[in-house]
Amino acid sequence: MSVSLVLVALMAIFYSVGVYLLLERSMTRVLLGFMLVGNATNLLILVIAGRSGTPPFYGDAPASEMSDPLPQAFVLTSIVITFGVSAFLMALIYRSWRLANADVVQDDVEDVEIGRRRVSVTSESSAEAEDTEFGTRAAAAVSTALDLEEAERLEEEQAQREARDREALDRELRAEDGHATELQEEEKL
Amino acid sequence: MSSLIPLVVLLPLLGAAAALTLARYPRAQVTIASAVLGVVLVIGGLLLWYVDAYGAIAVAVGGWPAPWGITLVVDRLAALLLVISAAVLLSVLIFSVGQGLADGDDETPVSIYYPTYLILATGVFNAFIAGDLFNLYVSFEILLVASYVLITLGGTEQRIRSGVTYIVVSLVSSIIFLAAIAFIYASAGTVNIAQLAVRLAELPEDVQLILHVMLIVAFGIKAAIFPLSFWLPDSYPTAPAPVTAVFAGLLTKVGVYAIMRTEMIIFPGDDLQVPLMIAAGLTMIIGIIGAVAQSDIKRLLSFTLVSHIGYMVFGIALNTAEGLGASTYYVVHHITVQTTLFLAVGLVERVAGTTSINRIGGLLKASPVIAVLFFIPMLSLGGIPPFSGFLGKLALFDAGAKDGSVLAWLLIGAGALVSLLTLYALARAWNMAFWRDAEEVVDYEHPLPVSDADRRNDSGQVATARVVPRIMVAATGGMVAISVALTLFAGPLFDVSERAGKNIDGPGYYVTTVFEGVSE
Repeated sequence: MSVSLVLVALMAIFYSVGVYLLLERSMTRVLLGFMLVGNATNLLILVIAGRSGTPPFYGDAPASEMSDPLPQAFVLTSIVITFGVSAFLMALIYRSWRLANADVVQDDVEDVEIGRRRVSVTSESSAEAEDTEFGTRAAAAVSTALDLEEAERLEEEQAQREARDREALDRELRAEDGHATELQEEEKL
Repeated sequence: MSSLIPLVVLLPLLGAAAALTLARYPRAQVTIASAVLGVVLVIGGLLLWYVDAYGAIAVAVGGWPAPWGITLVVDRLAALLLVISAAVLLSVLIFSVGQGLADGDDETPVSIYYPTYLILATGVFNAFIAGDLFNLYVSFEILLVASYVLITLGGTEQRIRSGVTYIVVSLVSSIIFLAAIAFIYASAGTVNIAQLAVRLAELPEDVQLILHVMLIVAFGIKAAIFPLSFWLPDSYPTAPAPVTAVFAGLLTKVGVYAIMRTEMIIFPGDDLQVPLMIAAGLTMIIGIIGAVAQSDIKRLLSFTLVSHIGYMVFGIALNTAEGLGASTYYVVHHITVQTTLFLAVGLVERVAGTTSINRIGGLLKASPVIAVLFFIPMLSLGGIPPFSGFLGKLALFDAGAKDGSVLAWLLIGAGALVSLLTLYALARAWNMAFWRDAEEVVDYEHPLPVSDADRRNDSGQVATARVVPRIMVAATGGMVAISVALTLFAGPLFDVSERAGKNIDGPGYYVTTVFEGVSE
């Protein structure tokens, strides 16, 4: 089977550029990437059809000279699907733009939450451990539970510790901010 | 009997067209949709009975004989999945009718919901009976495009955000599948599955391996097998409850079904057995670890969904008739139970206004029926005897023990551990949401600052009404009844599954059906 080198080269370029664009954050670029990758796949199917031949009508030419009709049917189907999906993606991008003024793939809210949790986990871990999964009341049924005054004292201490932590964090952040502005000023100079 | 086969695809497609033209008459749409799915359910039942008694049947569409035309094949596996998916689609449809009536039209725009739903059904049914790879690709596209519309239904900000992840990932999987088809056609000169079974075996082994891996990757994304499962928990939970339920029940199982066909008929050798087993084990364990960490019930269930895909892949990877039979039963069980759980959570969301377990309590007193409807499928998913989850896992472990390799034993261990962890994660959710008193929730110290995630749960359909329409409860109850029936009739069902497993263990039976049993 001989194939056209131009088609193969074009397919390779489409695939590489398309994959690059698909990995971008901007949704418009993702759309362009999808269209390129889709068309690269269409070219791939054309390439596998082999050398071009006569139209595949029965009796017009011997079968060995005809081009293979099946890949063309595949390409036609896949073009239509790519077209429809691109239209839907465009509508989606427009909607996202209208709603959030954002043309970027956004982070999952829960994932962001987990990221945030990791920052504050040091100050909260001890408080969390006191709650069981069966609710706060379950602790009362346990005979070896802390007595209430003790618990209150612990809680106060915990609150104080947390306040200290927060202040320390604030100070750190402010220091960082200050550093950042200094850097910017330096750059300007 | 074989003339009934195309109807399974034709009816929902025509029904969708009819429903779309009747956009202004939601009642007519509901009638059409439920009638169509009801008829498909009956046809599926008839086909299952016939196929089980007289052997598989194949239809050459348009009268073009097998290697040239499009072939539709119904064997025991396909018929079984047709029946169960039609039943699930019908129940969820009834559930969404209840929700639609209670919510008004703003949450689910009725005019496009039912037609899209029917198109989704078309894609699912077509995928089960497709006898050639390109037809399988087209049916994947049909159901995917319908699912794009359903997952972004209403076009709220949350759904657009999660929809983008889902759509881009699905597009990539479709393109890999299409490229794989192109390579397969280039190397074997056909896309007919039965003919591929014969011709691909003659190819050099490295070429076979490339084609095989490409197909498995494409289907693995759809089936959410680790490491290709990252997209699922991010995108499923934001859709409306019935949509999530039907996606969780059916869409991933279509991927699993495609993997079954690939492993057993297209590439019947065991060259990918070990990688698949490892992937199955990792899917189980990593999925369930994700579930244990969640505080939102919908997300928790999405992670258990990923984790339990691992069991089915385990059965497939064993590459024996027993493993396949067990996998088949497990697919049927999991479609039912996972959908039921998502429907039950839909009810919880309705009553409590949120699905975050940190903020719900006292539901057992408020609505004992929902508590029971959640409890039964929960035990079943966690593998408590006598429910179907226990039977499915038992069969899988039995098949694994017969295999006897170290890896199989490791997977059996992982499977037992994962089923316990499933029970732990779900029982934790049940205890928090149903068992503890409502007053306890108020003084519960929220470990996280009130976030976008919580605000999202508060807005939307939940604030409108706290009364649950009876029709929604009835639909969920129906699903619970089906899942209990899977236990009660486990004997005959297992026999069918086993025979289905024997049918597709190796391509011989399939090939003879397509080339000799072809009728007009």
